[in-house]
Amino acid sequence: MFDIFGIASRNLLRYGRRTLLTLLLIVIGMVAVLLFIGVAGSFKSMMVGQITDSILGHAQVHRKGYVASIDNLPLNMNMRPGMVSKVTEALDQNSAVETWSPRVKFGGMFSNFAETTSIRVNGIDPVREAKTVPLLPKRIIDGPTDGPFVEKGQIVIPKLLARGMKTQVGDTVVLVATNRDGSVNGKTFVVRGVLESASGPGGRDGYIHIDDAREILRMQEGEVSEFVIRLKDFSKLAKAEASFKQTLGEITNKEGKPVLEIHTWADLSPFAHIARMIDLMTLFIKIVLVSIVLVSVMNVMIMAVYERIREIGTIAAIGTPPSRILGLFLAEGLLLGIVGTVGGILLSLAAVYGVNVWEPTFAFGQQQNLVLTPTIAVKDVVTIAALVIGVAIIASLQPAWKASRMDPITALRHV
Amino acid sequence: MSLLRAEKLTKTYRSGDIEVAALKGVDFSIEPAAFVAFVGPSGSGKSTLLNLIGCLDHPTSGTLKVLDTDIATLDRRAAARFRGEHIGFVFQDFNLIPVLTVFENVEYPLRMVQRWPVAKRRDQVLRLLDAVGMADQAHKRPDQISGGQKQRVAIARALVSNPALVLADEPTANLDSETAHRVLELMKKMRDEFKTTFVFSTHDARIMGEAETIFTLDDGRLLPATNKETAHV
Repeated sequence: MFDIFGIASRNLLRYGRRTLLTLLLIVIGMVAVLLFIGVAGSFKSMMVGQITDSILGHAQVHRKGYVASIDNLPLNMNMRPGMVSKVTEALDQNSAVETWSPRVKFGGMFSNFAETTSIRVNGIDPVREAKTVPLLPKRIIDGPTDGPFVEKGQIVIPKLLARGMKTQVGDTVVLVATNRDGSVNGKTFVVRGVLESASGPGGRDGYIHIDDAREILRMQEGEVSEFVIRLKDFSKLAKAEASFKQTLGEITNKEGKPVLEIHTWADLSPFAHIARMIDLMTLFIKIVLVSIVLVSVMNVMIMAVYERIREIGTIAAIGTPPSRILGLFLAEGLLLGIVGTVGGILLSLAAVYGVNVWEPTFAFGQQQNLVLTPTIAVKDVVTIAALVIGVAIIASLQPAWKASRMDPITALRHV
Repeated sequence: MSLLRAEKLTKTYRSGDIEVAALKGVDFSIEPAAFVAFVGPSGSGKSTLLNLIGCLDHPTSGTLKVLDTDIATLDRRAAARFRGEHIGFVFQDFNLIPVLTVFENVEYPLRMVQRWPVAKRRDQVLRLLDAVGMADQAHKRPDQISGGQKQRVAIARALVSNPALVLADEPTANLDSETAHRVLELMKKMRDEFKTTFVFSTHDARIMGEAETIFTLDDGRLLPATNKETAHV
């Protein structure tokens, strides 16, 4: 085997410039793919992290039909105490769940005594909420950042609202909301903090304590609009979702039909479509890489066979078995793939390091100065390396097969 | 026992609707350690015959036995193995592998065809290089040596695996007179030393002069041999 690789490497060096150009193509292709995966993957992870860790959590539980009419924040579709205790019990027993947080959501009017505007409000348990969506407190751009996120009698409002209503931390405001029975109730709050807006659903919501929400809505019982779930391992979301569907599906109404529905962050956020587009673009760029490697290696190997027909005839005549001739040319393709892969990986790592040193920033939706910090996962490197080497072998297969099947007489006559 | 025996050997090529008979019922035999030349004009069937003897082609009819093996029974893989074990080749254009050194070119059949152990093949290669007077050029590449030296290396490569038969197709065609003479002397010396049969196809009068047996081919037919010390038609 070593003999074959020794001869193959010398044959590659025989046409140094051509080999170098082919390697360059493979290296450039690999760098393009790995850099794209690194940058796009970093962007995707960052955005998904922002969305899940500051707003949506990894998954949410609602009463069936709630999400379909979520724009109205329907109070009559809240989960009642009996259902709430069943859900909390199921979530507590599920080993995939790290923590969960209940929310009471409603739409209301926000007044600073001079002006009034509409607002979407989340009534939250501040301790549970901070554990479930840990980036939420970090979005506070004005107001105290230590202590609980919000206390009773306080409200945290989004930046756009604060700016538009000229409201500051410490101001007293009034929230007015209509409860499920149609009566209008109001309550004063002190502005505790101002939140940086975030892209996606809930990114411009206000937050009050869940007890205040229940009070303003005159809830006699501990109703919940949604449960936000944080998993121990985000990568196992699909498995966890299936498990939730099974256990929560067992909570049924009188007709025996499930009354709850589970949604992952991807079901709730439009960014999931962008994430899918990124995955699709990654797939396309991988296809481009495969094409580059396939065409360039095949081209160089076809040329190698054509230029060495007499040589093939000679080694065949002196008794080299067809399988070893096949091996000689496959080894050349394999070496091209390996050297190109090693070069591509090293250059990609250098490029990623360079981008991390450079720290480019970008804006996405309402979020400014997001720092791009690309990383390349070992899994991606191994996958791309295996892809390139595999394609290099496949690209060499036809020319190598042709060489191994060559008639020695015809080959020796070749001029 | 004859090393080579051909009986009613025929080879016909077909090109579209046209059939060309390159060999028309050739009979001959060659004994071991012979020094034989096949001569004749272009198109007389010399190369076809050498290809058949070298197990590079199959006869259309008749039989050709090399070392008592009917070459018609050998498939592609078996033919390659048979050539590797029993037949050495010397080509008109030397056909050395340009990326290998002189040593490695001679070593090639032992390394890539027969898989000899390292120490044994090193000794054998050095012995052959010494025998052809190329031991001091062992590290050079083919493009760094002369035509005559290349042919010496090719002869060493042909003999390195101790074949019973060496086939040489116009081995002196690309050499000047003096070099050709030295190469022929070398081949005879090798024949004497290793008891290898040398079979040539040639137009070269110098080879005809050196050959102990000359078979003349004319339009695919074999004329009676001259100098029949080791061959019989």
